[in-house]
Amino acid sequence: MISIKPDFCDLSFANDELLGIEDYESSKARWCSGCGAHTILHNVQQLCRDEQLPPEKTVFVSGIGCSSRFPHYMKTYGFHGLHGRALPVAGGIKFRRPDLNVFVITGDGDCCSIGAGHWVHAIRYNMKMVVLLFDNSIYGLTKKQTSPTSPLGIHTNTHPRGSVLPPIHPIQSTLGFSNVSFVAQTVDWKPAHLYATLKKAYDHPGLAFVRIVQRCPIWMKDSYEPVVKDPNAITLLQHENGIVIDSKATQKFHNLKEHDPSDLIKARELVETTKDTTPIGLFYQNKEATRYDEYGAHNMGISAEDKTEAINTLMDKYAI
Amino acid sequence: METTSESIHSETIGMERKEIKESIIEIVSDSGEGAQKCGQSLGIISAKMGNGVWTVEIIPSEIRPPARSREGASGIRVRMGTDKITNMGGHADMVVALNEQVLYGRIKQQAYKPGTYLLIENKWATHTEETKEAYEQSIKEFTELGYNIIEIPMEKECLKHVSDARKGKNMWVLGLLSNIYDRDLKLAEEQIKAIFSKKGEEIIQNNLDLLHAGYEYAKDNLPMHFSIPTKKRQGDYVVMNGNEALSLGVMSAGIEVCSMYPITPATSATHAMAAALENAGGIIHQAEDEIAAIGFAVGASFGGKTAVTITSGPGIALKTEFIGLAVMAEIPLVIIDVQRGGPSTGLPTKVEQGDLLAVLYGAAGDAPKIVLAPSTIEECFHYIILARKIAETFRSPVFVLTDANLATGVQPFPRPKVNPEWFPGPLDQSKWKEGLRAYDWDPNTGISKRPIPGQKGGMYTLTGLAHDEESHVAYQPDVNQRGAESRSRKLAALGNTLKPPEIHGDEKGDLLLVGWGSTRGAIEEAVDMARKNGAKVSSIHLRFLSPMEPGIKEIFKNFKKVMTVEINYSDTVGQPLITEDNRRYAQLAWYLRAQTLIDVDCYSNVYGQPMSPIRILERIEQELGQTLMD
Ligand code: SF4
Repeated sequence: MISIKPDFCDLSFANDELLGIEDYESSKARWCSGCGAHTILHNVQQLCRDEQLPPEKTVFVSGIGCSSRFPHYMKTYGFHGLHGRALPVAGGIKFRRPDLNVFVITGDGDCCSIGAGHWVHAIRYNMKMVVLLFDNSIYGLTKKQTSPTSPLGIHTNTHPRGSVLPPIHPIQSTLGFSNVSFVAQTVDWKPAHLYATLKKAYDHPGLAFVRIVQRCPIWMKDSYEPVVKDPNAITLLQHENGIVIDSKATQKFHNLKEHDPSDLIKARELVETTKDTTPIGLFYQNKEATRYDEYGAHNMGISAEDKTEAINTLMDKYAI
Repeated sequence: METTSESIHSETIGMERKEIKESIIEIVSDSGEGAQKCGQSLGIISAKMGNGVWTVEIIPSEIRPPARSREGASGIRVRMGTDKITNMGGHADMVVALNEQVLYGRIKQQAYKPGTYLLIENKWATHTEETKEAYEQSIKEFTELGYNIIEIPMEKECLKHVSDARKGKNMWVLGLLSNIYDRDLKLAEEQIKAIFSKKGEEIIQNNLDLLHAGYEYAKDNLPMHFSIPTKKRQGDYVVMNGNEALSLGVMSAGIEVCSMYPITPATSATHAMAAALENAGGIIHQAEDEIAAIGFAVGASFGGKTAVTITSGPGIALKTEFIGLAVMAEIPLVIIDVQRGGPSTGLPTKVEQGDLLAVLYGAAGDAPKIVLAPSTIEECFHYIILARKIAETFRSPVFVLTDANLATGVQPFPRPKVNPEWFPGPLDQSKWKEGLRAYDWDPNTGISKRPIPGQKGGMYTLTGLAHDEESHVAYQPDVNQRGAESRSRKLAALGNTLKPPEIHGDEKGDLLLVGWGSTRGAIEEAVDMARKNGAKVSSIHLRFLSPMEPGIKEIFKNFKKVMTVEINYSDTVGQPLITEDNRRYAQLAWYLRAQTLIDVDCYSNVYGQPMSPIRILERIEQELGQTLMD
């Protein structure tokens, strides 16, 4: 007689209903109408649905700022913590919980100003997570102060004569950090590209850093409106290993540029040579970069007996 | 042997050993000459023999002071005796000095008394003209101060066995002291083998030779020989310093993430466990800064893992914002603060208890915290286990405050029997009970249940903003009041589980001393001396600083005067501009006055030194107007 293990043909999943977008939606987002964050939220929820991420195994971690309200709008676990400090918290979560999907939502002030020290190191730790930098180049929540990515000369409540310092370019900076493994850029008003970028970032085995150029119609209307309206303002990076959108969507772009994302030096040059437009796509990817979460998961879940033995062995050194 | 004629004590060489109850030994040298290794070894050998021991490191004020300078005293004090020893004691009885200049600083700190034996390296007597003169001058001064000076040709003796005496003197001195105090040579040999185990056979043999040579030298040339009777101990014992005890505590508490950024004097605790913790299922994360270190621990705790962050005062200052978040969002977390001298970067290697008010009150807004302070090396171990349990039961950050004195002090204590019940249970991934919310504060205890990612149905977004039971950002005014009441009630609930502190001495009297942390041994010893001479003085020692143990006010009422003894700054009445009305009190005194509305005075100072029982006794004499010294 053939014996069949009871779990040989486990069809229980067949009873699970597929999750829909509404299963990832929490309270209504309180961003201003027309804010680019709404589109990003919707695309992230779509990604969660398409990947069928279990909401209980998914964590959105943020700092402080307009963007950082994001976790409250997701029906997953969320951590809305301190200004600039989302990355160390996300690292702490992922270090011993490899089973969780970790997303970090951060803004230009949060990531590139108060939290800049953590940004450098989070890239270096390269733990598996998706970091979304919502870059609107202004402090929105606190009502229009200069951000480290604000364009030269814009008038803000803290720089009435216009900002004087050259902005940080988050892509250029990240490409310069040690152990960098995934750097992409997209804009909130090109949803097909935004979605494809999120998907590529989610599939990356290490830390995927995505800068999303985000509209703030309240404080940065003058800066973004011309860019949004001008089809020449964006350059689409193309490569078979890059972020691929369908040919119909591609046709809508006027400027196309071939770029191989495995070439770090070229990626750095690209930032310099495309200064007049906003290049979107995958700048760099290295799936082999060292991962600190793999180091952190060492000896997880060992038994109480093994723990006791390790402690006693150490204690023996002090025995008299 | 060259000795000054006045300096030989009445005993003659070869005379029988004199039995003594205890002795305080100092080894002082320039940094890098291994005095601390020598002293720690002496302490461990003595603890193994069955003596009570306490060691304190003597650390120079500069990282690398010029050699043979008066600022340069680096070394160690070892107090050992027949009974249990709980503190560094008063004046030293025996000093081994690798040069005479390093003694000046210790003399200024009143570490020695007339009659103290000073064993001084005499190679300086035959050095350059200038050195020779300074040496002779020092010997003259020390003689006038009444010390028993014995000059010893340490270098000459060591060179008979090794080519570089600077690297060998410490083990030669260990041999010397082993003979003077009748230490077990077998244990000393074992100790040398353990210290140099990684350096190869030749080095081990060299050091064994030095040990024996020092031993023989003392036997043949020195006039004083002592024995300190030992007491047989019941059961197994361990001997270690406070940071090592903390590290074993972290492991025994089943902590999985120990997140830190290097800072003296906390860091050595992580060195002690780095490798072993990994075998016990935990790991040390060295973060990019202090803020990231606590943020990482907070993240790990949110993920359901037990976490600790370990630091010292300047690190606490940086971590403060996250500590507030942990209170507000109710994140279980153990925060170890090995205090050092302050403010700012202060005195990195020296003792102070100056962080008390900072940890009690340092955070944005009103953030009630749980604060424990171990008072012995043994408690350093057990309090981490306790702190982890409290943190998780009460969903709260819990501070464990130790200090540089506990960190480096070595003391034997009964070997703890590791109990798997000390470890946290497996990660709770069960389905979240329907209807239960992340902050359903219990009306009696203020405690709520902690949803852990992975639990179906428990999804919530933790926030540092004021929030309601569902963790929704508060837009109604009463929500914040409700949250604040619940966070405060948790402390009350914990306080109700505590017992009143034990009184050392009588329940009524003229003076009550109140201490916390590492000063306990010194305070109790001073109280014992005073009581022996008829003083009506008692002491209590607080281990819970927040919430406080109950009944303190009632205890205070039974004494005419209450005074804290602590190592932090307070003004002294009588200084220009300072009056009883505007003076600043030491930190515990300040806190107790606020809590009890009783006029608590204080005895405090910030010399960077542990409290000595003699100084406390002097202060008791002053307060009571009685002579109490033997
Ligand atoms: S201020 Fe700007 S960034 Fe903030 S929510 Fe409004 S539109 Fe969005």
